[in-house]
Amino acid sequence: MKTSPAVYGLIAEFEDPTSLVTAAHRARHEGYRRMDAYSPFPIEELHEALGAHPTRLPLIVLIGGLCGCVGGYALQYWASAIAYPINVAGKPLHSWPAFIPVTFECTILVAALSAVLGMLALNGLPMPYHPVFNVPRFALASRNRFFLCIEAGDSKFDLEETRRFLETLNPREVTTVSD
Amino acid sequence: MAASHRSQGTPPVIAPGHTFSTVTDKISAIVLARKTPIGWYAGFAAAFALTLLLLVSLTYLVLKGIGIWGNNIPIGWAFDLTNFVWWIGIGHAGTLISAILLLLRQTWRTSINRFAEAMTLFAVACASIFPLFHTGRPWLAYWLLPYPNTMNVWPQFRSPIVWDVFAVSTYATVSLLFWFIGLIPDLATLRDRSQSKTGRIIYGMLAMGWRGSAHHWHRYETAYLLLAGLATPLVVSVHTVVSFDFAISILPGWHTTIFPPYFVAGAIYSGFAMVLTLAIPIRAVYQLEDFITMRHLQNMAKVMLVTGLIVAYGYMTEAFIAWYSADKYEGFVPINRMTRSSGRSDCSCRCCSCSCASCR
Repeated sequence: MKTSPAVYGLIAEFEDPTSLVTAAHRARHEGYRRMDAYSPFPIEELHEALGAHPTRLPLIVLIGGLCGCVGGYALQYWASAIAYPINVAGKPLHSWPAFIPVTFECTILVAALSAVLGMLALNGLPMPYHPVFNVPRFALASRNRFFLCIEAGDSKFDLEETRRFLETLNPREVTTVSD
Repeated sequence: MAASHRSQGTPPVIAPGHTFSTVTDKISAIVLARKTPIGWYAGFAAAFALTLLLLVSLTYLVLKGIGIWGNNIPIGWAFDLTNFVWWIGIGHAGTLISAILLLLRQTWRTSINRFAEAMTLFAVACASIFPLFHTGRPWLAYWLLPYPNTMNVWPQFRSPIVWDVFAVSTYATVSLLFWFIGLIPDLATLRDRSQSKTGRIIYGMLAMGWRGSAHHWHRYETAYLLLAGLATPLVVSVHTVVSFDFAISILPGWHTTIFPPYFVAGAIYSGFAMVLTLAIPIRAVYQLEDFITMRHLQNMAKVMLVTGLIVAYGYMTEAFIAWYSADKYEGFVPINRMTRSSGRSDCSCRCCSCSCASCR
């Protein structure tokens, strides 16, 4: 790193989503890797423009759903056939068709919980403090402005040079983000 | 707010002349800037008075027992089950709008999904009152849950009532998650726009540090889509399980396979009616005509027309099967309902609901 540790990175502000996507493409082309873009609503192309990997979330949800499914069925089998075997209307103790609704509900419940908790965990939320919040105009990232931040941790990062590069992308302004 | 932006591409969904910022400003102003109107206090007072009435009634119910509902036979449900089914049904429209319409890529849903989801949460909360108090000893309701206990007993998993416990509690949890996940980016918008310190702290804690990062949005969208995919079969299953409460019994007139689809259609029918009942005054009071447009109202009316006709078809099938079964007990039930004095009101209710659906 060529800069003092007090700098988190450089952030450029754009007025519309298209400029942000173009800027992200250009920055990646230029060789920058550690960067993030911020927008008030999801932009599909942006994730790819930043060169990120597909998320593991669907796998987490699948595993959660399978755990719920097996766990729900096992609970019913154990409770009805082993722990508390009572004769109900002459039905067999392991009356599997009657166990399907609860098994289904448990599958959905655990899968949904893993989707939400998995998303929050992979995103590192809750995170009350983040350096980008130090930029006063960043409050507009949830309204109508679009930001691209190149982080100081990037091997190619240089305070002067990166700033000059960001200026060529036609941003509204470029700000230094203090850590 | 974030959700509303997504529908910018198709003009009829939102009135012309809006940009990203005007949508955000107008909607967040309702929460942050607008002075609470006197009418709000009047509405709150009326709702509060009715809530007090509920508390008085529930206290009387706990003191005297469920016999005050005229329910004195141990296998009967009547009043409370009717209410339970109705409230659960109301909730279904919220999930349908948030989950099924998302999967079908109906972008118009974004103007109405949040409050429809909130309506679902309140409807499920209302619904859960009835089975809990029907037990007569609501403080022992946790006996319905499977947990290791000193009595060494476990729930009877072959009973639809236990299926109900799982279906409704899962439904309530998933609805809450769906609603809250959808709310996180909007809470971040409110945090960034709030003028007061208290507002910033409260919204900031609820938004959990959301900053609209592209990586976050990607996982967020994946999670939201997966939740919709999970909630879609869930919403169908919940009212199916509720209908099993009746259909699993061997009572003539109730032991029938049409119940699950017929209950689900009825739920969506009444649920959309409730969404409209709430949406029309809300859009007038908060001047949201630009965001909840005639197109939304029309689409919702169409959904009601279709589901209303399915319900009418269900009624007709019920009567037809009663005759076609050649079972004299099955055949007796509809005749008895149509000719008995208390049955006549039931019959006219059904006719009204069928003709309402087809006139619309």
